[in-house]
Amino acid sequence: MGIQDWSFSRGQPIWKEISMTETFGEYDNDIQPSDEYLVVGFSPSSIPLKQRWRNSGLSADFLADYLTTFFPVDESKPGTVDRQAEVKSAVGYIANELLENAMKFSDDRLSHPISIRLQLHTDRLIFVTTNTIPLEKVSGFQAYIKRLTTEDPQELYIERLEKTATEEHPTTSGLGYLTMINDYHAQLGWKFEHLETEADDGQLQKTVAVTTMVQLVVSS
Amino acid sequence: MMEIKTDDYQVWCDKQEENTVVVNCAGSLRLGGMEEYQPIVQLLNESIEADPETAVLDLTQLEFLNSSGISMLSKFVIRVRHKKSIQMVVKGSKKIPWQGKSLKNLQRLMPSLTLEWE
Repeated sequence: MGIQDWSFSRGQPIWKEISMTETFGEYDNDIQPSDEYLVVGFSPSSIPLKQRWRNSGLSADFLADYLTTFFPVDESKPGTVDRQAEVKSAVGYIANELLENAMKFSDDRLSHPISIRLQLHTDRLIFVTTNTIPLEKVSGFQAYIKRLTTEDPQELYIERLEKTATEEHPTTSGLGYLTMINDYHAQLGWKFEHLETEADDGQLQKTVAVTTMVQLVVSS
Repeated sequence: MMEIKTDDYQVWCDKQEENTVVVNCAGSLRLGGMEEYQPIVQLLNESIEADPETAVLDLTQLEFLNSSGISMLSKFVIRVRHKKSIQMVVKGSKKIPWQGKSLKNLQRLMPSLTLEWE
């Protein structure tokens, strides 16, 4: 009851899980929460896409900046300057790609929030984004994930680039995940949850929430 | 001289010497997908229209590039490769971490491409 009241007061519908969740890649359900984390949330339907795009850039930069606190520069250790710059750049890039994807694919018709969470662990950083995806796009996305997790990512990268080079109007580059894997050696995993809720007019609405987990090993 | 300038980024092209064109990208490029990169794609394509001997892509001031931007530059490199007669040089900065990670991929698309670091 408490949860319901809270949801009502926030004007958010309550989403119920309606079937088994599916996970792909290196999705770790048992990751312990860390004491250091930051979460940024957006309501996708509240602002136009153009403005949201600016927000995702600002949020990615903010996450990157924020994290530098935990990778301080030590004047007596020259390597710490480079390490801080490396971590900042990697977080800025990965967070931006994850948010761009979330903004691009999120189902605008629904008031399900988009969020990105950045967790700091002793040996790694973990990014977790959640967004909805229209039902009709799920199978195409899962087919791409299958390729990402079973094929040689270097070859797939070149293949994607050669492919977009010959397309007159390519709509999406499909390179975000591949650059995280190849250039940043990140581990990627996905969780799909089928959800439904009752809209104001009593109609049942269905959607799929995708949680993307990116793990980035950092030396301390 | 061709130029595209906004608060976040600047792309411009100049002819440095006879038969060499230099395209510079500076700032932070994170446009929303390939469609929005179209004006820059056009500038890049026009820079090599006259078949210069050498095309230089100077990225030493490009602090940030999203994956759609990487795709755009890759597409340009493939276009230069198809022309066969143009020598391609990409200038990167060691001070900008993403470049050390991602620019080598351009060389994989065009093995004769020269990567210069400063």
